[in-house]
Amino acid sequence: MATSETIGEELVRRGISRRALLKYSAYLATLMALPPTASKAIAAALAAARRQSVIWLSFQECTGCTESLTRSFSPTIEDMIFNLISLDYHETLQAVSGAAAEQARLSAMRENRGKYVVVIDGSVSTKDGGVYSTNAGKTNLQVLEETAEHALALISVGTCAAFGGIPHAHPNPTGAVPVSEIITDKPVINISGCPPIPEAMAGTIAYLVTFGKLPDLDHLNRPKAIFGDTIHDRCYRRPFYDKGLFAKGFDDEGARKGWCLYEVGCKGPVTYNACATLKWNGGVSFPIQSGHGCLGCSEPDFWDKGGFYRPLSASTGNPAAVVGGAAAAGIGVGIASALLVRRHKLDANKESKS
Amino acid sequence: MSLLDFARGPALEAAMAVFVFGVCWRMLSLLLLPWARDKSVARAGAPPALLGATRSFVRHLWPPRPLAPGSLFVTVNGYVFHVGLAVIVFGLAQHILFLRGLVGVHWPNLPSGVVSAAAVVTLASLLAALGRRLTNPVLKLISTFNDYFSWFVTVLPVATGLVAVSHLWAPYETLLAVHLLSVALLLIWFPFGKLMHAFLVFLTRTETGIFYSRRGAEI
Ligand code: SF4
Repeated sequence: MATSETIGEELVRRGISRRALLKYSAYLATLMALPPTASKAIAAALAAARRQSVIWLSFQECTGCTESLTRSFSPTIEDMIFNLISLDYHETLQAVSGAAAEQARLSAMRENRGKYVVVIDGSVSTKDGGVYSTNAGKTNLQVLEETAEHALALISVGTCAAFGGIPHAHPNPTGAVPVSEIITDKPVINISGCPPIPEAMAGTIAYLVTFGKLPDLDHLNRPKAIFGDTIHDRCYRRPFYDKGLFAKGFDDEGARKGWCLYEVGCKGPVTYNACATLKWNGGVSFPIQSGHGCLGCSEPDFWDKGGFYRPLSASTGNPAAVVGGAAAAGIGVGIASALLVRRHKLDANKESKS
Repeated sequence: MSLLDFARGPALEAAMAVFVFGVCWRMLSLLLLPWARDKSVARAGAPPALLGATRSFVRHLWPPRPLAPGSLFVTVNGYVFHVGLAVIVFGLAQHILFLRGLVGVHWPNLPSGVVSAAAVVTLASLLAALGRRLTNPVLKLISTFNDYFSWFVTVLPVATGLVAVSHLWAPYETLLAVHLLSVALLLIWFPFGKLMHAFLVFLTRTETGIFYSRRGAEI
């Protein structure tokens, strides 16, 4: 339940020092690309703010986004985020189930009307009235519309909620759509990624709590602080790209020397995310550092972009079929036009003789 | 569908279809035309047809001495941008990957810096060619829309490719999409404009070579 306790009081109760809060605020300021001077203001605002009521809805998803947040290797962040918010409803994390769980959602909505934030992971099924994904006898579509009605803002966590993700991939049998296609009258922040970087989720929620407003967003409604640069812009393999040194496979000499993974399908140049700087597992590594090209998982329709291992500069169509068909047609028309000329000439010869 | 998805998928597919269709059509309709038999008696010592054609082709690689001073710029500049274009198309890793997707074969790439340098030189050379076309009175008089548009669709992929590789001014996905669309435009125009000389030059030089070598003329 949302508590009337301030975050500062809650932290004191849990034995978290002011020094830890200041450190965390400095980290948040860096993460959200704020000036260093903002960290003190963040600390003060956070200490005085009430914990933000959050209702977390899980729709067509794999729970990877929740796993990403809760299994974060930064316990400070994980702890902090749960100190900043009052997680009033989360199907995976809450202890209660059944009618009591639904009751928790409804009472959080009632008590924090107009002030609660809805976090969604997973896309929304819309085909046949959304019957392909239901919970407690209600379709995800109904639950979303009902819960969003009096929300302050919505945060679509993960590519499924933000852009439809894997359920939305061709042929999209459930008519999956992103949250922003259903809820158009409330601010929707997209924190895409499959899963998203935990710090991106924590940072965005903390920003909302601290400043009471949305962070700067890009054209896909993603926080610019996290999604402002491409993976390629910050990739440590970039010098190899610039020199034209590419690994041709996952175990060739180039791969062993750490050359650029463009040829094996890396989508880093067109993928906006902070994996190359924040990294994963407590800053240990990220996919490219582990030897695999970027899949572009924080971009819309990443599943349908012609294949993870097809280089970006290659055509995604079916050239063999197209070229074959066009060649056959061209040869046919070429022969026909030559025959026409021959016949024309023959007729002209006959005419001139007669 | 994003602009890049459109460029990588349907746009390139359609452009390749038009290119292949147009080239096959134009080449076959020319090759299958009724050929007039050469009824002249071959001059004594005239080389066989194929040899005559090859010699003529080789001779045309450089202007004959009396004409050389006047056409030196055109010849050298022509070589510069033709070789430059070949280096760009067949030397850059990204292009080799594109071609590998089409024909299945690949070869080692050149360092990106070398290809970028070739692209700068090619651009300068193409601009020089345009400058000459606009300033030489005779050339200007005989130039048509076909000449200018063929020049334009050749320059565009070089310029957009250079910008894309340098990651200048716009997000890479936009630059790459614009570059691929400019290639699509080139492919569509290719069979129907003067760029078709890339195929027709072999046909016309062979024909002329055979015709004249049979008559004992060396051109
Ligand atoms: S590995 Fe990917 S992101 Fe890194 S430089 Fe190469 S193409 Fe760019």
